[in-house]
Amino acid sequence: MRNAWTICKKEIKTYFTSPIAYVVITVFLVLVGFFFYSLIWWFNSQSLQMARNPYYYQQLNINQMVYSPLFHNISIILLLMIPLLTMRLFSEEKKIKTDELLYTSPLSVNQIILGKYFASLIVLVAMLALTGILALFTFVYGNPETAPVLNGYLGLFLVGASFMAVGIFFSSLTENQIVSAILTFGALLLFWILNWAAYSAGGFWKGVLNYLSIFQHFDDMTKGILDTTDVVYYLSFSFFGLFLTHSVIQSRRWR
Amino acid sequence: MIEVENLTKKYGDLVAVNNLSFKVEKGKIWGLLGPNAAGKTTTMRILTGYLPATEGRARVAGFDVFEETNEVKKNIGYLPENVPLYPEMTVQSFLSFVAEIKQIPGTKRKEAVIKTIEISGLESVKGRLIKNISRGFKQRVGIAQSLIHDPPVLILDEPTSSLDPAQIIEIRGLIKSLKGERTIILSTHILAEVTQVCDGVVIINEGRLMASGSLEELTSSFRKKEGVFIRLRKSGQEIAHLLSSIPGVEKVTPEDDGFSLEWGKGKNIQDNITKFIVDKELGLVEMKPLALNIEELYLSVISGGREQ
Repeated sequence: MRNAWTICKKEIKTYFTSPIAYVVITVFLVLVGFFFYSLIWWFNSQSLQMARNPYYYQQLNINQMVYSPLFHNISIILLLMIPLLTMRLFSEEKKIKTDELLYTSPLSVNQIILGKYFASLIVLVAMLALTGILALFTFVYGNPETAPVLNGYLGLFLVGASFMAVGIFFSSLTENQIVSAILTFGALLLFWILNWAAYSAGGFWKGVLNYLSIFQHFDDMTKGILDTTDVVYYLSFSFFGLFLTHSVIQSRRWR
Repeated sequence: MIEVENLTKKYGDLVAVNNLSFKVEKGKIWGLLGPNAAGKTTTMRILTGYLPATEGRARVAGFDVFEETNEVKKNIGYLPENVPLYPEMTVQSFLSFVAEIKQIPGTKRKEAVIKTIEISGLESVKGRLIKNISRGFKQRVGIAQSLIHDPPVLILDEPTSSLDPAQIIEIRGLIKSLKGERTIILSTHILAEVTQVCDGVVIINEGRLMASGSLEELTSSFRKKEGVFIRLRKSGQEIAHLLSSIPGVEKVTPEDDGFSLEWGKGKNIQDNITKFIVDKELGLVEMKPLALNIEELYLSVISGGREQ
């Protein structure tokens, strides 16, 4: 575990000595801020209109009207940003030949992969934590329910972690960072919209496609439903991504 | 210290290393010599545990490379041909990262970094980003990362390639100073490097072993006769004829600015020669033993391999 932590520290340092992490986090926060502002503005105007009708006024719910769509928006921004965070993790090592240093040091391949994965998760947590400032406003000036908000954040973290695992896998395939980012983006988008195909498919395949779609599982979580099926889905998704990465690296050495 | 037995590595149909065996004793510097694509890098990568071999065995520092890979990695310092450096790190932070992944315990890490910086002469650049230092210094950082955990075995893949002549001399000096207790294998295609730095040599071509042994062993086994080169104030065919009348001399070959005289191995007739020259007043300018240089050895070995 200590070895993985060494790699993790190095990756974190690399993220924050190059402009990548700063640029990605800034753009991410600007976009999230914009969505948050629009949703809050819309919620406000609805509140003003509904204020005349006590029945409808009771129906207003900031969790449903602001947080649920906001979490969906953030997940889409993550889909766009995460390939940029994972693209260099293995590609760069291969390109500048430092992989030879790592693989001839007394480290296991698992430790290297986990170190890099943890580093990307730390950046993800930082990104999500910074959006917490926006959430803080809603708690100061309104009274949203806490549990669904936390559940939504957990959902975002799990979705982000799965994205990172896919990104690391594609990064291990190529020494070209652009190729790695594009493949990651394509694969994530495909998984995201897999449930569209479920509409036309019937029976068994409908269930399979729905289950595989990232969107289906995330939708529940934004609504405040914590289902272990969803958590298991994301954890196995991440595990599978890392497992494939391990296979790719091993196969390269044994070819 | 390093034992290689019947090592074979195939990439698909391509045989990169073919049934290679050699041994390197403790405390020696050995050169792995061969033309480009002879299998030098592949051999080194197998020894460091980076690549597995298709067949054969190898032991480094008493550990089997394939069974006890992790132990081997702890006991080996490796400088790959493309020096593995993170351009965005400073020299010092890079070396402490390497110290960490080479499993140097936390309390000794700082000391190891300071010592390595001193040994490899990096004091003046330790705070600079690796991308901003010269090629020669980068090579030094590469060597520094290979010896930071004080390994008993060093494997250096073309440590002097793409350096300028002054840097080459510096790096060779550094490598020689590292010898001591360490066993070092370095690969090169520069012949002069072998005679200047190495105690022994393994010559490979197309993945196969052509020759191996200490330099003296090899040169004497390939030379059937002994000889001297002499330079005289006089020259010409008649002088050559005169020289061949010296008792014991078997062959006289006129060269550009002198003659080489050869005789059967083991006879000691240098005295006869000098006496003869002085007696005949031929005007001796220079006289030196005719050593089979590494270049001839290399070419004869490599071409010998081709004929097989």
